[in-house]
Amino acid sequence: MGVEICVEGLTKSFGHQVIWQDVSLTLPAGQISVMLGPSGTGKSVFLKTLVGLLKPDRGSIVIAGQDITELREHDLYEVRKLFGVLFQDGALFGSMNLYDNIAFPLREHTRKPESEVRRIVLEKMDMVGLIGAEEKLPGEISGGMRKRAGLARALVLDPEIILFDEPDSGLDPVRVAYLNQLIVDLNAQIDATFLIVTHDIASARQVPDNIGLLFRRELVMFGPREELLTSEEPVVRQFLNGRMQGPIGMAEEKDAAQVEQELAQIDEVAAPAVMTPRLLPSTGIDRPDRWKDIARREQEAVAK
Amino acid sequence: MSLSPIGALRQSGSLFAMTLDVLRTLPRRPFQVREFIQQAWFIASVTILPTALVSIPFGAVIALQIGSLTRQLGAQSFSGAASVLAVLREASPIVTALLIAGAGGTAICADLGARKIREEIDAMQVLGIDPIHRLVVPRVLASMVVAVLLNGLVSVVGVAGGYFFNVVLQNGTPGAYLASFTSLAQISDLWAAEFKALVFGAISAIVASYKGLTAKGGPKGVGDAVNQSVVITFMLLFVTNFVLTAVYFQLVPQRG
Repeated sequence: MGVEICVEGLTKSFGHQVIWQDVSLTLPAGQISVMLGPSGTGKSVFLKTLVGLLKPDRGSIVIAGQDITELREHDLYEVRKLFGVLFQDGALFGSMNLYDNIAFPLREHTRKPESEVRRIVLEKMDMVGLIGAEEKLPGEISGGMRKRAGLARALVLDPEIILFDEPDSGLDPVRVAYLNQLIVDLNAQIDATFLIVTHDIASARQVPDNIGLLFRRELVMFGPREELLTSEEPVVRQFLNGRMQGPIGMAEEKDAAQVEQELAQIDEVAAPAVMTPRLLPSTGIDRPDRWKDIARREQEAVAK
Repeated sequence: MSLSPIGALRQSGSLFAMTLDVLRTLPRRPFQVREFIQQAWFIASVTILPTALVSIPFGAVIALQIGSLTRQLGAQSFSGAASVLAVLREASPIVTALLIAGAGGTAICADLGARKIREEIDAMQVLGIDPIHRLVVPRVLASMVVAVLLNGLVSVVGVAGGYFFNVVLQNGTPGAYLASFTSLAQISDLWAAEFKALVFGAISAIVASYKGLTAKGGPKGVGDAVNQSVVITFMLLFVTNFVLTAVYFQLVPQRG
């Protein structure tokens, strides 16, 4: 079972520049959450703060009963064993081939015999579809493969929490669809808590249980997917629909008068908020109760 | 690197903090034997040839200087003694320092810096592995061991170079050169030089690792980090060298 992450009043700034302030949210155990936001709103910083790579200025992050902002370096390394993190470019070790990369956490943290290591590594590589590429070096493979290898490495220690830093950046739409399916399947199989940081709306609409939106140095909204997809909040609507009209501008934010005018224009066409059907685990996978519930609700929604 | 005094203080503070971290992590098991051997081999392989090539002319220059000086003073019988002393006490630790920082340190800094900007270091920390324990400590120890060995190499090659130039090119007397070898130099000079090399090796590896691990801003950041690490290491090494030499003269009674 996954672990709940409870974030309270988190604030982070670099020098005088505030990245975001007073972010409070709870990532429910075992669920998939997505953190959205325009580029440069500190989504990756948020992720790094969650694993304790960056220290926040204020606020607390409680994971498994421990506030990780208060932990000493040594204890932090213990808590981090709960995490699997997929970095933007996979962050594979350039000097090792894929097999050794994926085996690395096992060899460092466990005393498993090499045969056991091999079994686990090959199982995870099979899961992400990388069988046959064991001997390749990270420099020799495509970005998509690096991401999948990074995911396999994040999975080998059976983490309770998995964080994805822009899993869809730099991938083609087909691969993004496969990766999303993989994320949903994984969630049904290992039951960990997932947090995906992205700005890809299509994924955000299909994959998660919860959506959060970072904009203008704060968390605009965080809640169940249905709530955000049907929200009337201008920023949320603009972002989830990928429109130009709204408070988010090209450089930063727009001035209030212009936003009013643009919003008025949209209201005339008044497109109703669209619910996207949810991505369900593949048919071959045993669905736990949580996913059975979700599947039933989805069917009811379609029937309506 | 910012030029404000606070920035410089902060840098020195974090560098010192990392040195303490390295010391604290030193006894932690399991010791990374593989990484240590790989790094020691690597540092040795990038430094041995340049060190030998630098120490020959270095020994020769000292021999030339001392040769003409002793002739002017009419003390040719001491030219061997003086050049051994110069090579052993100063030239070899300095040459070692320059090469261990210039060839070994830059390689360490570039390697760690590249890993840092590719997020490999972050990934390692997230996987619950302390980069100080896994990467920095083996490098520091490797650099110390190689520095000590290099110092020995420089001493031998430097003295041999000095002998060749004094005897062959300046027509010195081989017997007098060899006989006066130990009239000024003593065995504690060698130990002191080896100790200096040990400290230099540690400093250059720690500074290089610190700069590498704090590199930021893409490939250019790595270049900057390497550049700064060499400059900082050189400054620290020369200051340390002065202090160690001064302390040595206070502690160890001199001959003659």
